[in-house]
Amino acid sequence: MSLLEFRSIARHFGGLKAIDAVSFNVQEGETVGLIGPNGAGKTTLFAMASGFLPPTDGQIWFAGSRIDGKSAPEICRQGLVRTFQIVRPFGEMSVLDNVMVGCFLHHRDRQAARNAAMAVLERFDMADRADQAAKTLTLAKRKRLEVAKVIATKPKLLMLDEVMAGLTRVEMEEIINLIRSLRDDGVTVLLVEHNMHAVMELSDRVVVIHHGRKICDAEPQVAANDPAVVEAYLGGDED
Amino acid sequence: MTMARSYWLPIGAGIAMMLLPLLLTNPYALSVVVLALLYSYLSLSWNLIGGIGGQLSLGHAAYFGIGAYTSTVLFTELGISPWFGMIAGAGLASVAAVVIGMPCFRLRGAYYALATLAAAMILMVLVENTNDFLGGPRGLDVRLLHDAPLSFQHTDKRFYYYIILAFVVCALLINAWALRSRFGYYLTAIRNDHEAAAALGVDAQRFKLIAAVASAAMTAVGGTFYAQYVLFIAPEKVFGSHLSVQIAVICIVGGRGTLWGPVLGAFLLLPAEDLARTLTGGTPGVTMMLYGLLLMVVMRFEPRGIIVLMERALAEWNRWKGKTARMGKGVA
Repeated sequence: MSLLEFRSIARHFGGLKAIDAVSFNVQEGETVGLIGPNGAGKTTLFAMASGFLPPTDGQIWFAGSRIDGKSAPEICRQGLVRTFQIVRPFGEMSVLDNVMVGCFLHHRDRQAARNAAMAVLERFDMADRADQAAKTLTLAKRKRLEVAKVIATKPKLLMLDEVMAGLTRVEMEEIINLIRSLRDDGVTVLLVEHNMHAVMELSDRVVVIHHGRKICDAEPQVAANDPAVVEAYLGGDED
Repeated sequence: MTMARSYWLPIGAGIAMMLLPLLLTNPYALSVVVLALLYSYLSLSWNLIGGIGGQLSLGHAAYFGIGAYTSTVLFTELGISPWFGMIAGAGLASVAAVVIGMPCFRLRGAYYALATLAAAMILMVLVENTNDFLGGPRGLDVRLLHDAPLSFQHTDKRFYYYIILAFVVCALLINAWALRSRFGYYLTAIRNDHEAAAALGVDAQRFKLIAAVASAAMTAVGGTFYAQYVLFIAPEKVFGSHLSVQIAVICIVGGRGTLWGPVLGAFLLLPAEDLARTLTGGTPGVTMMLYGLLLMVVMRFEPRGIIVLMERALAEWNRWKGKTARMGKGVA
């Protein structure tokens, strides 16, 4: 069953068609990689699915109901969450408090939220950082926290916006393992990523966007050898 | 040990405050303390939306004025006790907070501050232009009954002291609860990054509105207290931007978003203001200059407020004490 479905979705900024009639879906339990050159419109797609940007045209369906045009908090409550490309921790708050904000979605009580947040931090190997102010974390830890915060809301589908960017090889392997373990727990993942290694490692399927249009939707190995994809990345007039 | 300290400090301070009027026989000194407590209360009210929620309201005089005028008009015109008028004022201020908040919360930072400032000014001009009904620019006298505690009046100023002390305790409890609850976590998250909060299912508009309503209702209660304490209200005094700025600056200088910051700010700034006025022989505008100067100094050196400086000093002191204790042992 498809959990998330874009139906000929479009977003125009003035005369620019950032996203132009894109359709694809994400099946339950699947990990889908969303790739494309810079400026292809990946983040725009994310913003529309997560309620931060209303689409100009088309529909978005999640878990059997239409979500385009709904607010970000509503969509989060239905179980569709996103991280931000540029990490956005609540800087003044401690790492634990950051995760607690996510946990409060299901636990009204402070102590219950605290326990749940502690469990998430253990899971993310960050329990030793619980009392540290979020803004003092290293980039790799902040990226981890970004994922921990949204996992705390117990999502059905997790949209990750370039969680690997700026990480070292070792840090990247750690995040890859983490995402894999989340997937094993039954979380569906839609992943925007520039790093091809990570995409190939993690994705069951790859959707390629170029100039706001979908140019490929296939298994990673197939997509990597698709002439249109190669053209978009290597030929063309950009990057 | 930290447990013990965190409990004993407020309890000790509470007992000291209960006994204070017995020692403070000078009515002038008592009036300074009452004013400091009133401003503590107002700043604690502001703290909910302005401090914890991070929405810089410069229009809280609107709610203060609504509270003062509602109870006074109900009392003078209809003979309804200000104790009930106070609740009516809180209700009206809540409605005003929704009306002001709905459009203004779409604005960020300075734009929000300007919009709230304008809202309070509009109310002031409206009241100034209702000559017969609300007394116009001359203001209203509260009907004098002398010793009538059921009508929120007494000739003994200690009556007011204990009432405002009780209000401050309530406001502290509300703030303490807010800081430890889901409500406070959400407000803090919104202050830090409202979009990141939205991505975690936090309906920012809704929580800001709840905080604004609670803050407005509490501020209106302070307005009624003021009317009954001074027994005279005028638009410039209770709706003026001077009051709005005072409430905000006290909270910011003391430590916005903290529990004790607003109280600290009020007990530093009000006596300082009084002193400045005395020293300059009452030159107009000197208090505003003082507030501006203090605000600049605090923003430059510790934007989180003086309370943070004190906490840091205390931690430093404890470390130093610990070090000397260890050294003592080493010698022995």
